[in-house]
Amino acid sequence: MLTDFGRILVFFLIGTIFVAGGLIGSWVLRPKRGYPTKLSTYECGEEPVGKPWIKFNVRFYVVALIFLIFEVEIVFLFPWALVFKQLGMFAFVEAVLFILILGVGYVYVWAKGDLDWDKPSPQIPQYMKGLGVVSKAEMPSDQTVSVS
Amino acid sequence: MTAQEIFESLKTRFGDAILELKADLTSPSIKISPTVTPDVARFLRDDEQMQFDFLSSLSGVDLREGKLAVVYHLASMTRRHTIALRVEVTAESPQVPSVESIWKTANWHEREAFDLIGIVFTGHPDLRRILLPYDWEGHPLRKDYQVPEFYNGMKVPY
Amino acid sequence: MGLLDKQFDNSNIVITSLDNLLNWARLSSLWQMQFGLACCAIEMMAASASNFDIMRFGVIPRATPRQCDVMIVSGTVTLKMASRIKRLFDQMAEPRYVLSMGSCATCGGPYWEHGYHVLKGVDRVIPVDVYVPGCPPRPEALLEGILKLQEKVRTESLAKKKPAV
Repeated sequence: MLTDFGRILVFFLIGTIFVAGGLIGSWVLRPKRGYPTKLSTYECGEEPVGKPWIKFNVRFYVVALIFLIFEVEIVFLFPWALVFKQLGMFAFVEAVLFILILGVGYVYVWAKGDLDWDKPSPQIPQYMKGLGVVSKAEMPSDQTVSVS
Repeated sequence: MTAQEIFESLKTRFGDAILELKADLTSPSIKISPTVTPDVARFLRDDEQMQFDFLSSLSGVDLREGKLAVVYHLASMTRRHTIALRVEVTAESPQVPSVESIWKTANWHEREAFDLIGIVFTGHPDLRRILLPYDWEGHPLRKDYQVPEFYNGMKVPY
Repeated sequence: MGLLDKQFDNSNIVITSLDNLLNWARLSSLWQMQFGLACCAIEMMAASASNFDIMRFGVIPRATPRQCDVMIVSGTVTLKMASRIKRLFDQMAEPRYVLSMGSCATCGGPYWEHGYHVLKGVDRVIPVDVYVPGCPPRPEALLEGILKLQEKVRTESLAKKKPAV
C-alpha cells in the first residue's frame, strides 16, 4: 500500500517522534530548580575562568580531510566491486587506473609528512634562509642549560 | 670537616659577620648576621673544601620577645658533612636576603616561612602565600597569633 | 513546567506506588562524587575495592558533580577548600545528599582545638544528611552510612510534606 520510499518516511517519522517525545516529555516532567551557581560551568570547584572553547590541533582536520577523500574512493569502489565481473576487462583496467591515480595522491601525502602525528621542527626552505626567518630549533634560548 | 673547622674557615673569610658557634654534639649551628647571608651561602656552596650543594631545610622560627629566626640546614653530597646556619631578626623588620638564587629549593621553603611566620625574603622572585589562602590575614605560627572569628563568612573556632 | 515536582497535596495509591518506584531506583544507584580529601579517602577507596565492595550497593564513583547523587566528604575540610566544596555541592543536581565521613568532616576532628585553618565540620557550609563517625571509619562503617542514607531516600515523596502538627 505504501511505496518503498514511503516506508522510509514512516520510519524516519517514528524515529523523530521517539527521540523528540522523550526529550519533550522529560522537559515537561522534570523540576526546574536552577540558580546561578548551579548552572555555572564546572571547573573542579573553582570559579570558571575564560571561555570553555579551546583551540584544538589542526592535525585532526588534516587527518579527517585525508580520510574523507579515501572514504569517497571506497564508496565508488563498492558498486564497482559488485558488478565488475559482468563488465569485463575494460572496467577492471579502468578501476585499476582510478586506484592508481588516487594512489599517487596517497604517496604524495605520505611523503609530505601529513600522516605523521609527531611533527618534527619546521624546515625553513633554502630560499628563505638569510632573510631573518629562524626556525624554533635555531632560536637562541635565554636558559643557561642548552639541549643539543 | 667538623663544625669547628667550618666556623674557623668562615671566620677568617667573613670576620665579624659570623657571630657564634653553638657546638652541640648532635646539631651544631653557626649564627650569622642577616646581611651577609647570600655571600656566606654562595661561599659554602662553591668552595672546594665545603661544597654544600644541598639545602635540606629552611625553616622560620619564632623565638619569643619579638625575635624571629631563620635556620638553614645544609648538607654536602660530595663531602658528606652537614651544618646548620641561624639568622636572627626582629619582628618589627623581619627582612632576610633570599638564598633562592643559590639553592632553588629555597623558593618554596621561603614562601612557607613567609606564609607562616612572616619573614620577608628580599630578592625572592615570587614571595606569596603557599599554604594558606591568599586573602588570609596574619601569620599563624607566631606565638602571639589569635585565631580569627570569621573567615569569608565561615566561623573558624570550634 | 515540573509537572511532578511536589505538586500533590495528599498521597494516594498512585503517588505512593510511584514514590516507591522512584525511591527504589534512586537508592539502588546512589552515584557518589569521589571527594577524598585526606586519610578517610583511603578508607573510602578500601570500601570501593573488592573486599568491602561498595559497588554492590550501586555506589559508583563519578568525577563530576553533574552526574552524582551523593557527595561523600571524606577528610579534613580546610577553609581554603570549603568554598570549592560549596560550589561543587551547588553544581550537583537534585535529589542530592551529603554523607560526612570521619570526624574531621563532622566536627573538625583532632584539629578542633588548635586548627586555625580547619573548618570545624562541613555542615557549616553545606547541609549534611548522614554523619559517619570514626577516625577513620572502617569501610563497614561507611557501608552502614550508605545504608542509612538509603533508608532516608526510601522515605522521600512526591507529595508535599504535611507540616508537623
